[in-house]
Amino acid sequence: MTENSAQAMKITNNFKCPRCGTIETYDGLPGEPRMVTCASCGLNGRVTIAKGTISTNSTNGNAIEIAHLKKAFGDFTAVDDVSFLVKKGEIFGLLGPNGAGKSTIIRMLCTLSTPTGGSATVAGYDIIKQDNKVREHIGLVSEKMIMYDELTARENLKLFGRLYNLPDHNLNKRIDELLNLVRMEKWADQRIKTFSTGMKQRINVIRALVNQPEILFLDEPTLGLDPQSTAEIRELIRRINAENGTTIILTTHIMGEADMLCKRIGIIDHGKIVALDTSANLKKLVSGTDNSAFEIEVSNLEPRMMSSLQSLGFVKSLVQEDPTHLIIRTNGNDAFDKIIDNLRTNDAKVMMMKNLEPSLEDVFLHLTGREAREKVSENPVSSGPRRGPGRRRRAARVR
Amino acid sequence: MSVRNVVSHSLWICWKDLLEFSRSKLRLVMLILMPLFMMVMIGFIFPSGNSISNTPIALANTDTGLMGNTFVAQLNAINNKTGMMKLSNAKDFEGIKTKLQNSEINGGIIIPENFSSNLLSEKQGYITIVIDQSNPQMSMTIQGVLSQTIVAMGEQMAIHQLNIKYNVSTTQATSMVKPYTVQSKGIVSGEPNYFQFVAPGIIAMVVMMALMTGLPHAISYEKDMGTLDGMLTAPISRLSIILGKVMAQTIRGMIQGFIILLLAVVLFGVVIEGSILLVIALIILTVFSFVGLGILITSFTDKEETATMVMMTLMFPMMFLSGVFFPLQQMPGYMQTFAHFLPLTYATAALRKVMVLGADIPAVGTEILILVGFGIVLLLIAVPMFKRAMSR
Repeated sequence: MTENSAQAMKITNNFKCPRCGTIETYDGLPGEPRMVTCASCGLNGRVTIAKGTISTNSTNGNAIEIAHLKKAFGDFTAVDDVSFLVKKGEIFGLLGPNGAGKSTIIRMLCTLSTPTGGSATVAGYDIIKQDNKVREHIGLVSEKMIMYDELTARENLKLFGRLYNLPDHNLNKRIDELLNLVRMEKWADQRIKTFSTGMKQRINVIRALVNQPEILFLDEPTLGLDPQSTAEIRELIRRINAENGTTIILTTHIMGEADMLCKRIGIIDHGKIVALDTSANLKKLVSGTDNSAFEIEVSNLEPRMMSSLQSLGFVKSLVQEDPTHLIIRTNGNDAFDKIIDNLRTNDAKVMMMKNLEPSLEDVFLHLTGREAREKVSENPVSSGPRRGPGRRRRAARVR
Repeated sequence: MSVRNVVSHSLWICWKDLLEFSRSKLRLVMLILMPLFMMVMIGFIFPSGNSISNTPIALANTDTGLMGNTFVAQLNAINNKTGMMKLSNAKDFEGIKTKLQNSEINGGIIIPENFSSNLLSEKQGYITIVIDQSNPQMSMTIQGVLSQTIVAMGEQMAIHQLNIKYNVSTTQATSMVKPYTVQSKGIVSGEPNYFQFVAPGIIAMVVMMALMTGLPHAISYEKDMGTLDGMLTAPISRLSIILGKVMAQTIRGMIQGFIILLLAVVLFGVVIEGSILLVIALIILTVFSFVGLGILITSFTDKEETATMVMMTLMFPMMFLSGVFFPLQQMPGYMQTFAHFLPLTYATAALRKVMVLGADIPAVGTEILILVGFGIVLLLIAVPMFKRAMSR
């Protein structure tokens, strides 16, 4: 079910017939020569699909089309031949550890950075040749907040509205609507620097909506927020998508966040897309294998029991959650029975043992062969599904 | 991208920058304090002319004759009128040397032993002035003033003797001893004054500094904070961003320039001889000639810190080599040649001509053309550089 990249990079060009002037549309691979016949006068000829240019009318239902996108900084390749599509109206997640290249992709799509290879269209416009057209249709919530601390919330919104040429009347109405959306009317005329981080981020998100963008880019929108603000921002993202049909592309290093919000997820590592599908389909990648994870409760848990378990060949990782709970990841047949047997020989009193549904974390582990680097994230508040509504809260299948 | 849009966007960015600036009390205070310090500082550290007052000078009269005492009496009489020296006594050269080494005096006068006998045998009487080599500025002044005073004393003596010995009238005697006399006349009224000289240069310099430090700071700060991305993702011309920033910094620099102008006129008695409109036009032209350089450095440097360092390195030679504090003619020839490659040289020269000498546009035409040239050439290089730097 992973996106076919050949399909992803098929692009559409308009050609004018040299005899009768009729405009015909053909699609093909970038740079591909095609033999065509004019539908109205029957002239035969050869056309060449332009390299990387895509027709400006995005009737094909894709908000974003990326073909072989590349970005190198000197010797370091941050984004390495990435191709994918984002459909209109969906929430698309780019999931990966810090430094995987997520932000670089976003920056290129937002016309902030020029690709060193490949091409992409956003809202039907080429990100290099029609950068200003792209800018009209997008909003960006970057990792760093785009707001001026000494200005009030309203002044900030006004400034950006002005840059999008919104006339006074519409702009004021729009600002009131947006403030209402995040219940910040009361604070409209307070300076940003007096706000809490959560309030700042709410204003920062609506600032990106001033121009009613078709596509909203969110780069780590919950980074550094407390759990309550995180939940609020996630809810806001859902509402923006549901109420206005805004296409949203968001990056995160938090598996749970991508799982909760995104319809489809692209997993990115070392600048490459390693998998792209719906959350459910991605998880099937793992469940079809011998990998499984178990949560075990042992009332008299002792270190020797854990070292005994660890010595089993099929145990890939063992984490003690609290004094009586263990999470074990395994790779092999009959792991469930073998673990129970091992525990019993060590006189462990097993109170509960359940097979956990695979998480995106397992998918990531499976695809990259290592844990997501989120555990060493610089930001403990937002790190990981451990506190979030991750899989452990969900009803688990017990065999 | 119409011109109207570019201007409108840049005005909004300028509005934002000024609003931000006005919200910071510390920055507002600095805006006024900086030019104030600048003027007051220069007022105190630079000599305000070639005169001395109440300077400690030791006098060693080693002459035993009558003429030595007459000389001392004459010197005292003059000093009582002008108050230029605080005279103390020393025994001889060694005594003066000790006092100089102890920093008790700034210089000394020695009347040699044979002073009276020389004069009485119709020879010249020598007076020695002892100078402090550790303080060249002071030495030069003392040397100048004392020589002048002593020569004048000698002339007076000569006139007096001609009058008495040969019965020549005082007027006749004066014309014999001093056949030439000099009087100075400026082309505008008033005495030359160091502030008059330095104020135009400081105005040009402060406007330059505001732009050269303010512009890279304003842009690299926003780059570091990430707010620049907000402007770069908006469908506006890159030109609007730089134009808005330039406008905001220009207004800031002009405000400081005017504070200096005001201080110079009110506190330091500077008179603006030329048209004030021409002065304003020249200040704006100065800004124009520097904008390109500011943008260029902004494009080259990615961090605020680097930008500031590069700025400082470039600014100091410009400050001191452009004739702001000292006339260009005081510098060695190769330095003068170098100074002619700095736009600040022309800005200072033009402002000085207009403010001090009351020059009109044709008189500063060359400077105006050169400043416009500098501005255009630098902008032609800088704007494409900036556009490229913004999409790295």
